Amino acid sequence: MFRKQPVFVRNLTPKEIAAAYAVPLSSLRDPQTLAERTKPGHENWLITMGVCTHLGCVPLGAAEGEPRGEFGGYFCPCHGSQYDTAARIRKGPAPKNLEVPDYKFTTPTSVTIG
Amino acid sequence: MIRIFAILAGLFFAAGLAWSFLLGASSYISEPPAKTAVEEYHQHPKELQLASDGAFGRFDNEQLQRGFQVYKEVCSNCHSLRYLAFRDLKDLGYNDDEVKAIAAQWSTKQPTFDPKTGDKGERPNVPADHFPLVYYAGQGTPPDLSLITKARHGGPAYVYSLLTGYQDQPAELLKRFPDAKVPEGLHYNPYFASLAIAMPPPLTADGQVSYGDGTKATRDQMAKDVAAFLVWTAEPSLEKRRQLGWAVLGFLIFATVLTYMAYQNVWAGKKGNH
Amino acid sequence: MSFPWANEYTPTHPFMQWLDAKLPLPRFVYNAVGAGYPVPRNLNYFWNFGVLAGFCLVIQIVTGVILAMHYAANSDIAFASVEHIMRDVNWGWMMRYAHANGASAFFVVVYIHIFRGFFYGSYKAPREMIWLLGVVIFLLMMATAFMGYVLPWGQMSFWGAQVITGLFSAIPIVGNALHTWLLGGFAPDNAALNRFFSLHFLLPFVIVGLVILHIWALHIPGSSNPTGVEVKSESDTVPFHPYYTAKDGFGLGVFLVLYCALVFFFPNYLGHPDNYIPANPMQTPAHIVPEWYFWPFYAILRAFTQNFLFIPAKLMGVLAMFSAILMWFFLPWLDRSPVRSARYRPMYKWFLWVLVVDVVVLGYCGGSPAEEPFVMISQIAAIYYFLHFLVILPIVSSLERPEPLPFSITESVLGRDEQAALGVPA
Repeated sequence: MFRKQPVFVRNLTPKEIAAAYAVPLSSLRDPQTLAERTKPGHENWLITMGVCTHLGCVPLGAAEGEPRGEFGGYFCPCHGSQYDTAARIRKGPAPKNLEVPDYKFTTPTSVTIG
Repeated sequence: MIRIFAILAGLFFAAGLAWSFLLGASSYISEPPAKTAVEEYHQHPKELQLASDGAFGRFDNEQLQRGFQVYKEVCSNCHSLRYLAFRDLKDLGYNDDEVKAIAAQWSTKQPTFDPKTGDKGERPNVPADHFPLVYYAGQGTPPDLSLITKARHGGPAYVYSLLTGYQDQPAELLKRFPDAKVPEGLHYNPYFASLAIAMPPPLTADGQVSYGDGTKATRDQMAKDVAAFLVWTAEPSLEKRRQLGWAVLGFLIFATVLTYMAYQNVWAGKKGNH
Repeated sequence: MSFPWANEYTPTHPFMQWLDAKLPLPRFVYNAVGAGYPVPRNLNYFWNFGVLAGFCLVIQIVTGVILAMHYAANSDIAFASVEHIMRDVNWGWMMRYAHANGASAFFVVVYIHIFRGFFYGSYKAPREMIWLLGVVIFLLMMATAFMGYVLPWGQMSFWGAQVITGLFSAIPIVGNALHTWLLGGFAPDNAALNRFFSLHFLLPFVIVGLVILHIWALHIPGSSNPTGVEVKSESDTVPFHPYYTAKDGFGLGVFLVLYCALVFFFPNYLGHPDNYIPANPMQTPAHIVPEWYFWPFYAILRAFTQNFLFIPAKLMGVLAMFSAILMWFFLPWLDRSPVRSARYRPMYKWFLWVLVVDVVVLGYCGGSPAEEPFVMISQIAAIYYFLHFLVILPIVSSLERPEPLPFSITESVLGRDEQAALGVPA
């Protein structure tokens, strides 16, 4: 919870990281690399707002057993936006990637958002 | 001039839509969306007939009392009934003393707070109290059941189907959708939206509840009874609403016939609409 | 205003004469909806829906004021206070069901009223102002209905508020700031609920004011009629009272039978089960759908799935959705055919029926999940929707050859011979 909105924290598997790097930037609607969206040394920890950039629904895929869409990231049930393993918009009406809030690692195992 | 602008604006929107359509259709043809496990295996609720169905339906109080017993002995361990008060149970045919006794013996006590000393405590329930909240620490969040039959497609049929729908995950499903394997701690149920429900099967054996009226407490019977009870909790005024509805409709139809005759009378000899 | 042969108000009782001299309110009513308002004699049942819409507004205000006495606009207890109304307030369940279904009934009636305007060309000169005021009333109705749906603070309420206010974030540059400002926070919460309640209470009274203007503007040229031919002589009209009060009374009876059947026997049929789940900001329902009366416009919003030129898909959708209604403001100047009634417009008539089917299809898609094939169908349907108003209407009037119009309303009702027999001047 940050500003009364959910935050997604995801520990990416090496396979998911590789999948995120394999996508050519030019094919993205909102081009960003996974490295730009995580902190150095913690590339496996993807922290984003759980708020679809289309109209603000909470995408599915954060909990086990929920649909993750065609790209293995998050799937927004409202209008069908699909995000990849770096939570970047790949398909559907949303204009931007899931927002990465300002945060820093205060210890190797905890972060402070804001 | 305004028409030229309008035509341009119309063509602009049409072109934007056509562009979306073409891209959408081409990707739909080149890579048709694959069916998901939920789409293939989710089932609509089974048929369920209750005494309260239909425009003339009445509650069957014996069944509601049995359903209340199932709620009390099984469901209430995890599920609240926060919008109901003990006094409401009088609708089911319990008298004042019985309601008092049910409230006093309810296993979850009513929390109290003394604003003077700041002490928190608890006391037995009285008929004026709402059913106390139930807190649940395990996996999943048991929903409040007061409104459950209004809050789900299918209503009581959904409750009944869910309670009797637990089964092993079909091998065929696992073969086709290996990712859809029910995670640890969840249970496969084709009537649940995501197919994997956190609630363990609540009605495990026939005779789990022993009914006072001699009805045989099969799993099917218990599920039906509690579904009927939850129809009542969702809307205790249901019966009253329909009874009043018939009176209102009867009056209105009579009045409408009168207004029609008045209308014909006023317009007699005046030719108007045809 | 009005016609020279309109009945004059002549009070006989001394008290009424005194009142007429001091405050001529009875005279005003007499001239507005009494015997002093001459109305074309050939109005069909489509002309009942204006009065019915006014009646719906009264139902909504009366039930709404009573509900507001028991409702608590606080995000912690709003949901529980609605359940309190349903269970513990005397006749509370009836008030709430009457109000929730009253909104649906209001939209049914208003959509038929608008269709009447399209079919019989009621928006054309000299009645443009009535039409413009009507579109403003419709917009305010939509805003009021949307904010009312948020008040029970169920899942659909919350996510509806999130999605609809999210539309404003599509506006370039200031969008996100505007979104936060509208909600009074980053997500819908107590601030948003309170201001929605305040506006939901206020706007119906603004609508009342506009309805008065709408009727005032109507009384200047007088009512239109199914032939679209203007009133020419006294034989074309009958006094509103008793002729149309009697007919509206019957219409009201039929309406009330249907409305009460809905309220007492299917009160939740038009609602969504998810709104009986308290709002949960952490979990979005599987399909967010607005109430049925917004479905066609919601389908237009969702039909834009790809960026077009340099405009993001989201902005296109928002622009299109608002344009879908705002373009109605230009209707009197887009349709230049001198013939009002579609009865005598062979081509326009067919395009209009296609539009009706098209809007129903859009509505169906808007109520379905955002999946194929619904998205593709709604894209095709939305193309027709825009082309109909912005391209076909301006062009069709110069292509079609209208059928011959009757000389007058009397002639269309009585036929040429009977009219001559009565010695009515032709």
